[in-house]
Amino acid sequence: MHTSQIIIELTVLVLAIFVGVEVISKVPTMLHTPLMSGTNAIHGIVLVGAIIVAGLPHQTTWIRVVALVAVALGTMNVVGGFVVTDRMLGMFKRRRPDESE
Amino acid sequence: MSRSDAIGLAYLATIIAFILALRFLSSPATAPLGNRIGAIGMVIAVAATFAQAGLHNYWSILIVMALSAPIGAYAARAVKMTAMPQMVALFNGVGGGAAALVALADFHHIAPEPGRIKADVGISIMLSALIGGVSFAGSLVAFGKLQELISGRPIVYPGQKPLNAALLCALLTVAIVVLAGPQRQALVIALLCGALSFGVLFVLPIGGADMPVVISLLNAFTGLAAAATGFVLHENVLIVSGMLVGASGTLLTMMMGRAMNRSLGNVLFGAFGQIVAGTDGAAAAAMDGASVRSATAEDVAFMLAYAKKVVVVPGYGLAVAQAQHDVRALADLLEERGVEVTYAIHPVAGRMPGHMNVLLAEANVPYPALKEMDDANPEFPRTDVALVIGANDVVNPDARTNAGSPIYGMPILNVDDAKQVVVLKRSMNPGFAGIDNPLFLNPRTVMLFGDAKDSVDKLIQSVKNV
Repeated sequence: MHTSQIIIELTVLVLAIFVGVEVISKVPTMLHTPLMSGTNAIHGIVLVGAIIVAGLPHQTTWIRVVALVAVALGTMNVVGGFVVTDRMLGMFKRRRPDESE
Repeated sequence: MSRSDAIGLAYLATIIAFILALRFLSSPATAPLGNRIGAIGMVIAVAATFAQAGLHNYWSILIVMALSAPIGAYAARAVKMTAMPQMVALFNGVGGGAAALVALADFHHIAPEPGRIKADVGISIMLSALIGGVSFAGSLVAFGKLQELISGRPIVYPGQKPLNAALLCALLTVAIVVLAGPQRQALVIALLCGALSFGVLFVLPIGGADMPVVISLLNAFTGLAAAATGFVLHENVLIVSGMLVGASGTLLTMMMGRAMNRSLGNVLFGAFGQIVAGTDGAAAAAMDGASVRSATAEDVAFMLAYAKKVVVVPGYGLAVAQAQHDVRALADLLEERGVEVTYAIHPVAGRMPGHMNVLLAEANVPYPALKEMDDANPEFPRTDVALVIGANDVVNPDARTNAGSPIYGMPILNVDDAKQVVVLKRSMNPGFAGIDNPLFLNPRTVMLFGDAKDSVDKLIQSVKNV
């Protein structure tokens, strides 16, 4: 039997939900803001989709513009998301760092 | 191994990187590494996408990316930690917008084919456009509220709920028409515009105090939109990543709801924190009439300096006044005098989950000093002074005792168990939720009025002089 693509994709979807719940329930309250900005960066994966549609051949001009705007938004999402999360996480310290202010 | 298999493996590496990134977030010690692993995963995914056979327009895509990446990086570096909720809302919106536009562009690509769109792809395109559009517009409104470009109060008008329900029904109808009937581009554009309006109308009636829930919900929405895009393009990496985010946003939304003892429906449709005309000023006057004890900075400094144990309870007021560094300086001063200082953090303090932790981390407060509600509450009876800085509803004893209060049943920080409570507050106006707080009338409470930063600075000076 050949499983149709949609069934495989639904399987992947359901497994991803379980993995997500499992992993995220272990994140302490203290790190919920970095969790939000980190997952924000991850949903920037939509950039991959944007690149694919922007790279389709034979587009009318306005659709190409729409796709390129999607690329721009996706890029900002990805870069901004990871940078801001990195900045935030760098601040969490177990001990007082040497004062250098 | 074919080229498409190699690309598939690269996407698998990305999925593993993202899961590890979330896994490493279980401790502040490993989290920075996790975030970098996630970033590497993203780079792999983008590189693999460029390697896909049949991709056109390389240069225009690369140029657009090269131009927009610095904007994202600049925004991420420039943003103040106090403005983090707005920033997260904005990135949410940007991601949702990208998903909606991808759906629009892909519909155009598929639609001219003879016959109907395959059901799974069609449904996914509709979902991606709908959810992405709602997330984009809703996030921008949330951004506007948090940035105080528009009022943080719920914006309500007669017939609001029927109108929103009608709009949602209309949107679903359009989606079904597109799937079943003539696949017209104009209908999809109408759907997208409708989704945008719905996003605006949906967030407008939600009050500023409920923003932690809204932001996590919109986060989940954008994740779902990205996953729907994955079904359109048949890319597992989008499905998995989108659902990881969807799961995260949904879990956080549920946790926030539980921390406020309110259902999601109540948060979204309750228009919590409306000013009921007339009662506001009257209530404040009534409270003024009762014995609110106002203290000077010297009085409070004296209390703090001779305390054994002080617990700081931060709230949104601390963020607004940007007082986190001053609070840390005050705590240092007290610790030099042998006072034990810890911080009690309520799960919904601030405007997004974990907001206060980030602010205090920025001010170099070591994270073991930050206590969550369940650990903090047993400590209050042994606490000499509870120093409430810009927090209100999360310390309102009405939540425990007054069944008529809108926040009745919400778990709170029991600061009134402490021997003394000092409340730093701008004025007697009720907080963001617009609810009176009997804590201020408690005989063990003294108020120190003024901007949180000014007040803490005065306290620092006065403690030095004790």
